[in-house]
Amino acid sequence: MAESRKPILYSYFRSSCSWRVRIALALKNMDYEMITINLTKDGGQQFSEEFQALNPMKQVPALKIDGITIGQSLAIIEYLEETRPTPRLLPQDPKKRAHVRMISHLLASGIQPLQNLSVLKQVGQENQLTWAQQAISSGFNALEQILQSTAGKYCVGDEVSMADLCLAPQVANADRFKVDLTPYPTISRINKSLLALEAFQVSHPCRQPDTPPELRA
Amino acid sequence: MQVGKPILYSYFRSSCSWRVRIALALKNMDYEMITINLTKDGGQQFSEEFQALNPMKQVPALKIDGITIGQSLAIIEYLEETRPTPRLLPQDPKKRAHVRMISHLLASGIQPLQNLSVLKQVGQENQLTWAQQAISSGFNALEQILQSTAGKYCVGDEVSMADLCLAPQVANADRFKVDLTPYPTISRINKSLLALEAFQVSHPCRQPDTPPELRA
Repeated sequence: MAESRKPILYSYFRSSCSWRVRIALALKNMDYEMITINLTKDGGQQFSEEFQALNPMKQVPALKIDGITIGQSLAIIEYLEETRPTPRLLPQDPKKRAHVRMISHLLASGIQPLQNLSVLKQVGQENQLTWAQQAISSGFNALEQILQSTAGKYCVGDEVSMADLCLAPQVANADRFKVDLTPYPTISRINKSLLALEAFQVSHPCRQPDTPPELRA
Repeated sequence: MQVGKPILYSYFRSSCSWRVRIALALKNMDYEMITINLTKDGGQQFSEEFQALNPMKQVPALKIDGITIGQSLAIIEYLEETRPTPRLLPQDPKKRAHVRMISHLLASGIQPLQNLSVLKQVGQENQLTWAQQAISSGFNALEQILQSTAGKYCVGDEVSMADLCLAPQVANADRFKVDLTPYPTISRINKSLLALEAFQVSHPCRQPDTPPELRA
């Protein structure tokens, strides 16, 4: 199958799931094109017929690469890991890999979906803040405990992994929803270290092509 | 360090636990089961003992090879990497991407939105509508995706991690009275899966903690 063009990432600046993939692409030094999908404008551009044909889940991120289109951020990241293996995003040891995946899934299925845009729309505006805060602190309570046995400099040992790609965007969401991070010193420490890395900076929501001027940094 | 058989913490009706039970059955693995009743005594997952073992206070959790793993897909991928036959993920990276995409659609796009704790939060009068919305919304997408990936099963003709996620979600759809007519591919695949021994022995209706009135 011909690989005739650069990968194309469908992304929204503030989507934490898109941010995970932007970090992965940056860490792996991959050149790609970005098509931005505004989740709030025009009733939500993810609902267009065109985008739905590309990604039936009507969500970002989606990555067009090597002749296929992949949805679901962790499926994308694992594909990048298997086809562009350096630098690594998962450790070599299966037990450490299990810890990386456990933390990634805790974040990507245990917290984020419960506070994403469509769920918040359903709970109603007056309940949104409490709902999101509950989802995040509940998940962070568990994660802070787990990190006691897995963390080194980063979530699992001393190398950046898929777990860290999931953590930083979730902490950004926690900030947006005014979650008090004092009970989570390990999460805070790791997040601070991650945000100092170039891949986390170039991919940051505040400096994307579709970042609104008032949020740009 | 392998001290004793693996121990699976499971609840009969937990779809996430069922995924792992199927994986263990497919890989012909001998293990011990400790059942955690999610509704009795305020929910046994909230006990201090269980929380120390799995801070997420959820099932499934698997104690194996000296570690404890939570999150069903993390468990399944660990089993795949350490007990590689029979395979639960294809060899080709693009097919693996499809398997993971479908697995994650089910495991993060649908199931968490209709699990026990979320349904408690939305309140009893809203639960059915909420669960039906989460499931049909996800199944709409999945039915479309399967048009290009499915053979006999979700991805091609071999059972994969995606199928382990599908069957339990269809069982949830039945429980919440979701009309499956719009999803003929999902229904067909589910029917084929339920005919397999690994999906039968692991079925919620025949677990050690299945209540008598639900046993089959």
